[in-house]
Amino acid sequence: MSPRVGVVLFPGSNCEMDVQEAVRGLGGDAELLWHGDATVGGVDAVVVPGGFAHGDYLRPGAIARFSPVMAAIQAFAADGGPVVGICNGFQVLTEAGLLPGALQKNRGLKFLCTMATLEVASTDSVLTSACTVGQQLQVPINHFEGNYTCDPETLAALRAEDRVVLRYVGNPNGSMDDIAGVCNESRNVVGLMPHPERAISPLLGSDDGVPLLRSLLAAAGAAAGATVGA
Amino acid sequence: MPEPLHRSLGLTDDEAESIRQILGREPNHLELAMYAVMWSEHCSYKSSRVHLKRLPTEGEGVLVGPGENAGVVDVGDGIAAALRIESHNHPSAIEPYQGAATGAGGILRDIFTMGARPIALMDPLRFGSLDDARSRWIAEGVVSGISGYGNSVGVPTVGGETVFDETYADNPLVNVLCLGLLPKERLVLGQATGVGNLAVLLGSTTGRDGIGGVSVLASAGFGDEESDADKRPSVQVGDPFEEKRLIEACLELLDAGLVVGIQDLGGAGITCATSETASRGGMGMDVDVRAIPLREEGMEPFEIMTSESQERMLAIVEPGGLDQVLAICEKWEIRASVIGKVTDGGALRILDGWDGEVLAEVPAASLHDAAPLYHRPIAAPAGWSEADRRLAGPPMPESVDAGKELLDMLADTSWVSSQYDHQLFLNTVEGPAGDAAVLRLKHPATGADTGRALALTTDGNHRWCAVDPRRGTAMIVAESVLNLAVVGARPVAVVNCLNFGNPEHPEVMWQFSEAVDGMTEACLAFGLPVIGGNVSFYNESRGSDIDPTPVLGVLGVVDRLERRPPGTTLVAGHRLLLVGVTQPELSGSLWARNQGHRGGVLPALDTAVHAAVAGAVRTLVTGGLVSGAHDVSSGGLGLALAEMAVRSGVGVSVARIAGAAELFSESPSRAILAVAPEVLTNVENVLEHAGVPYARIGVAGGDRITVKDLLDLPLAEAVGVWRDRLPHALGEGTVQG
Repeated sequence: MSPRVGVVLFPGSNCEMDVQEAVRGLGGDAELLWHGDATVGGVDAVVVPGGFAHGDYLRPGAIARFSPVMAAIQAFAADGGPVVGICNGFQVLTEAGLLPGALQKNRGLKFLCTMATLEVASTDSVLTSACTVGQQLQVPINHFEGNYTCDPETLAALRAEDRVVLRYVGNPNGSMDDIAGVCNESRNVVGLMPHPERAISPLLGSDDGVPLLRSLLAAAGAAAGATVGA
Repeated sequence: MPEPLHRSLGLTDDEAESIRQILGREPNHLELAMYAVMWSEHCSYKSSRVHLKRLPTEGEGVLVGPGENAGVVDVGDGIAAALRIESHNHPSAIEPYQGAATGAGGILRDIFTMGARPIALMDPLRFGSLDDARSRWIAEGVVSGISGYGNSVGVPTVGGETVFDETYADNPLVNVLCLGLLPKERLVLGQATGVGNLAVLLGSTTGRDGIGGVSVLASAGFGDEESDADKRPSVQVGDPFEEKRLIEACLELLDAGLVVGIQDLGGAGITCATSETASRGGMGMDVDVRAIPLREEGMEPFEIMTSESQERMLAIVEPGGLDQVLAICEKWEIRASVIGKVTDGGALRILDGWDGEVLAEVPAASLHDAAPLYHRPIAAPAGWSEADRRLAGPPMPESVDAGKELLDMLADTSWVSSQYDHQLFLNTVEGPAGDAAVLRLKHPATGADTGRALALTTDGNHRWCAVDPRRGTAMIVAESVLNLAVVGARPVAVVNCLNFGNPEHPEVMWQFSEAVDGMTEACLAFGLPVIGGNVSFYNESRGSDIDPTPVLGVLGVVDRLERRPPGTTLVAGHRLLLVGVTQPELSGSLWARNQGHRGGVLPALDTAVHAAVAGAVRTLVTGGLVSGAHDVSSGGLGLALAEMAVRSGVGVSVARIAGAAELFSESPSRAILAVAPEVLTNVENVLEHAGVPYARIGVAGGDRITVKDLLDLPLAEAVGVWRDRLPHALGEGTVQG
């Protein structure tokens, strides 16, 4: 049975269809999770997609974290369920306290939509298990607030615990320590600013997002197996 | 004596008299205000309609032509494409960020009004000179506005143009094109039918923003700075989050079959939407002005009826479906209020409460059909004859330093396009860097990939049109066709945005009429229907009209999408072919303008030759036989080669170019192809078979841009100039690469 991936839909999300298309293209099942429902509906993995949840008014992710679905995602993650936040989804996960740090405005104070080169820094996460350390990936970025920051203690912990999973090569936005993606202590929650779902075909300029999404589907498949086994 | 009310609302004495005739009595203030906005130049096309009728609008696959909210063509596999282009020039001149943002918002509503999901935006932008501080402020604000609105509303901006020229000082051209897709059977029109059906206002509250936008702002020129600043309240304010929810709610209402007709609220607000839907359906409508949710207290009925507050739609629904409509709106957190009822008899009545006083009563259709139609005086400029222009004009200057002159034309516009999301929906095979955008074509309901693609290009050239508006416009159509060919697409439909000066100036109306004729001739020659358009007059500042600037949006189809188009890529060792014949004529070129030369006679356009060149290029591109392809237009062969070199980081070495006139000529029907040596013979066979002339002009490689006997530049210097021009001029952005 194909792993089921739930893609969260807030008012103002806009990458939810793209993530579904990418997941389905790799053999997964994808369904939408409405932000107002306090459940993840028994899915095997959750993606919080990009966009402008609740208009990004106030601050990206600041309102979305209060949506009823977020409590269900908290519980799902606490149970070890794979959760990935992409772009605005990463911002939402940091606001919700599922990931450390924050995303501030890009160094150049401009929105930036361009191809970025990433380097896999850790393969010990639900998003990078199918990659190799040092592997370079071409994956687009598309954000205004993608400049990762955190306090020195957090940064030291992220490094010591091998929780920086992706770094930029040629830092485009000023992120601290070139960080493009991080994971939580249990390594089942990952946030990243680049959009792996936009890099699924040479026709679109890159298919380097495929190993990332395959990693997630593998984790979802394992979660599905575990559920069946239990 | 105070100015009569109708004049302060922008109506002439004759127009006021027509209104008296229609009503058979004196109109009241509210009625006058409604006619004033609906009969404004912007809404009624009163100066342009007599000319626009000449455009060819029929064609295979045209489902909806001009006159609706958007043109619609059948693109196969049960999919229809909705296309529209509009201007937001005047609001952007006054308030660049909001002017540009609401321009994007307005065109999106035009598209989803047709039942289509908007999938792409394009922004042809024209600003004053880069060394003018105000023009830079306008450019920064406009780009930020498009970025802020378009990215947030979730529709990718896949291309456009960025042009700087002093003709646009204080009067930028901010045009915006939108493409949407719909299942063919879901096509809806903005009409109200069925007596007793309800008009439901969706979306934002109505405020005082944008009152008189179409009449005060869009239908008059600019004067001194103080009076321009006074026009600022006539600019609307955008809320992309509201628009995003409005899009999703409206598409869900359409999917559920809950609407009889739907109409966006743009220029002229509720007056336009209610009268337009009623008159299209041959009906009337009662509107309760008290039922309209307001943003501020104390608004007068005339303010409510003419407000241009953004993010509003009017849906016509059957009473039995109202609860379902309200439930979907509640899910998407958008306001929905019954504000009108469809009536028979054709009268638009504005009521103060359903059983209250009748505040206005006018024939709904008269707001549209009875709008004045002007045959404005037309006069060619003095000395227009070709002989005069050849003999009497100033002589073309000599090239002094072709290398420097080339560098002066190089500018990377990714400072603009990198601020736009151009990838959303996973369709963008070729984005803003290409001669045309290429988008994978997926069925809008099922998501099924058709294996085909749509291509989009927007093109304008005010320098050509200033020299000769007729031939210049025909050359723009031709350039669009070639831009589509280099990405492997055949053209299927045209929309146009006609940006001109003051139509009360006979020379401007002559330019307009000539441009319409040039477009007509070229579209007929290439078999292209014009499915929609927009006219923006009064583009002038302090009495000086802008250069005539028709901008075209052309939709193309790639019949089999097997690979990305080659783009401007150069590979070291690959041979360079120039397809087509160069006419050594510099009149109207960017080079001539940079040397201060205006006037002259444009190079000739042979549409049969052009079609052959475009066809051969398309065949080579779709066949995967070329590694690079770039059309030759602004800046001529020299700039086209330099652009390929700086984008690829690969030099070029070119010979057999007779002089600067050949290097910088913008004569039409030419493209540069980069070809691997092992397929050179194949490529040449295809060109010969098609009867298309070509020449081997050089080879890619090395670290210099060299044109024998004309110029020799280090590639690194050219790359630096190209990359830094906009960021340095416009303030430091985050520069990539």
